[in-house]
Amino acid sequence: MSVLVVAEHRRGELRDVSYEAITAGRELADARDGDLHVAAIGGDLDRFAEDLNREGVDAVHAVGNGEEFDHNVYQSAVGALLEETDAGTVVIPNSVNGLDYAPAVAEAHDLPLVTDAIGFEYDDGLTVTREMYGSKVETTVDVAGDRFVLTVRGGEWAPAEGVGDATVESVEVDHPESGARVTGFEEVGSGDVDIADADVLVSVGRGIEEEENLELVEELADALGATLSASRPIVDNGWLPKNRQVGQSGKVVTPDVYIAVGISGAVQHVAGMKGSDTIIAINTDPNAPIFDIADYGIVGDLFDVVPELIDEFA
Amino acid sequence: MKVLVTVKEVAEPDDDFAIEGTDIAASDLEYDLNEWDDYAIEAAVQLAEAGIADEVVAVTIGPERAEETIRMALAKGADRAVRVWDDAFEAGFSDVAAKVTTFEAVVEAEEPDLVLGGVQAADTGFGATGVALAERIGFEHAAVVNDLEVDADAGVAHVHRELEGGVEELTDVDLPAVLTVQTGLNEPRYASLRGIRQAQRKEIDATDLSDLGLSADDVESALTIASMYEPESESDAEMIEGDAGESASRLAEVLREKGVSA
Repeated sequence: MSVLVVAEHRRGELRDVSYEAITAGRELADARDGDLHVAAIGGDLDRFAEDLNREGVDAVHAVGNGEEFDHNVYQSAVGALLEETDAGTVVIPNSVNGLDYAPAVAEAHDLPLVTDAIGFEYDDGLTVTREMYGSKVETTVDVAGDRFVLTVRGGEWAPAEGVGDATVESVEVDHPESGARVTGFEEVGSGDVDIADADVLVSVGRGIEEEENLELVEELADALGATLSASRPIVDNGWLPKNRQVGQSGKVVTPDVYIAVGISGAVQHVAGMKGSDTIIAINTDPNAPIFDIADYGIVGDLFDVVPELIDEFA
Repeated sequence: MKVLVTVKEVAEPDDDFAIEGTDIAASDLEYDLNEWDDYAIEAAVQLAEAGIADEVVAVTIGPERAEETIRMALAKGADRAVRVWDDAFEAGFSDVAAKVTTFEAVVEAEEPDLVLGGVQAADTGFGATGVALAERIGFEHAAVVNDLEVDADAGVAHVHRELEGGVEELTDVDLPAVLTVQTGLNEPRYASLRGIRQAQRKEIDATDLSDLGLSADDVESALTIASMYEPESESDAEMIEGDAGESASRLAEVLREKGVSA
């Protein structure tokens, strides 16, 4: 049975997760002796179709509706392609936009849905590996039936490469008039400081507990000549502005040294800093995922360690 | 207008936990209101305070233990609550469709104009129920909303959707709609003592599937958790040992080697 992968693009560019989803889709198609169909929906279709024609892709469907993401168009397009092809399975990037239509596709076509897959095996049926409890455990999930919708986490599959010999088909789909209309985009998080330019970042997370405790990490940043950044909860609380946020929805940073203070290392945060040259983590929880990607770790209370570290540089 | 808020009591493992079978041992789990849902409750209560919402109803799928959590929603300002539970949910892991079927029945009874829920549950992390529910009940939707303004007269919600990489999408969503709420949308309030007292007198309607005209077959799950395990640590970090002074001193050495200094 064939597999349909839906590519993702934004503001004129295909996003990397599209190529990773192609790799995941090809694995599934191989396990099921099926073809791999890839859909590009809206945008610069000629260019997208060419870029998506990677090794292992059998057909590219270029759906010519609109420029930007519209979940109603995506839902209709995927529905039409499920009917037109023998694909019983849809692979979609587990992104903000992916999660804005994948659940609706599963619901509309009565297909089981598993989101945020980090791996899978396919023997008699699909078994998906995914995390639970904030990345503290992994689970394997058995899916009943051989048709399903799967969303795949970015960075878990290698991007598809090479040039394939896919057929390219142009499609127009009927879709209902959209009750959700995109009126524009806004860049957030610009400001006086660009944390992406910093060589050394002292980054603070939930472990700091109270707003007034921020002084402690500010002092550390001063002592080290570093720039202060933060994980999401600090910005959600309004303790630091959005331009200090490291992570998937904030900035991606690659400093020489990244010091994570009281940050557990949720996957969305790690996506924004794993490219740092040297990662240092201070956290009370020895099982915190931040230690998985750290080069140096201290299991300890930041309120004990940070003052001592400031003294070292005083 | 009437606002329905979907709320989940989520389980959080202790720092040290054991896995029994395909879940974490119950004794190693603490239960709390899902963080994302806290922002959804706040958004609904603010709509009521602004005179836009006439009634805020919280709904949860959860056992009796979850009454404590749903009472938090009442203490923060929801007018009343519905708690659905049934032996059928004890059978295993409920998939998205099972939850949607349950919420659909509640929506039919309550007839809300707006449904708010968190982007995802902290424990299972599917991030799918709201959008699937919208499809089932024929509402519009928007996922990952981090700014919300409701124009009830025009029947439109002006929202920002938080995309990756510091970009927000500005979208007008026709009502009725389901919106999934991202953390940071507002500042969730703490329940006041007065709110907590008032919540004791508010109604929690405990229902089961048959009350909703459903049966166990309607919430049969297509997903089974086959195994759960702690991922092998991929850490090759040098763990710095010793008391705070010793570890700070070793860390200072490392930092100086890397050329860090004020």
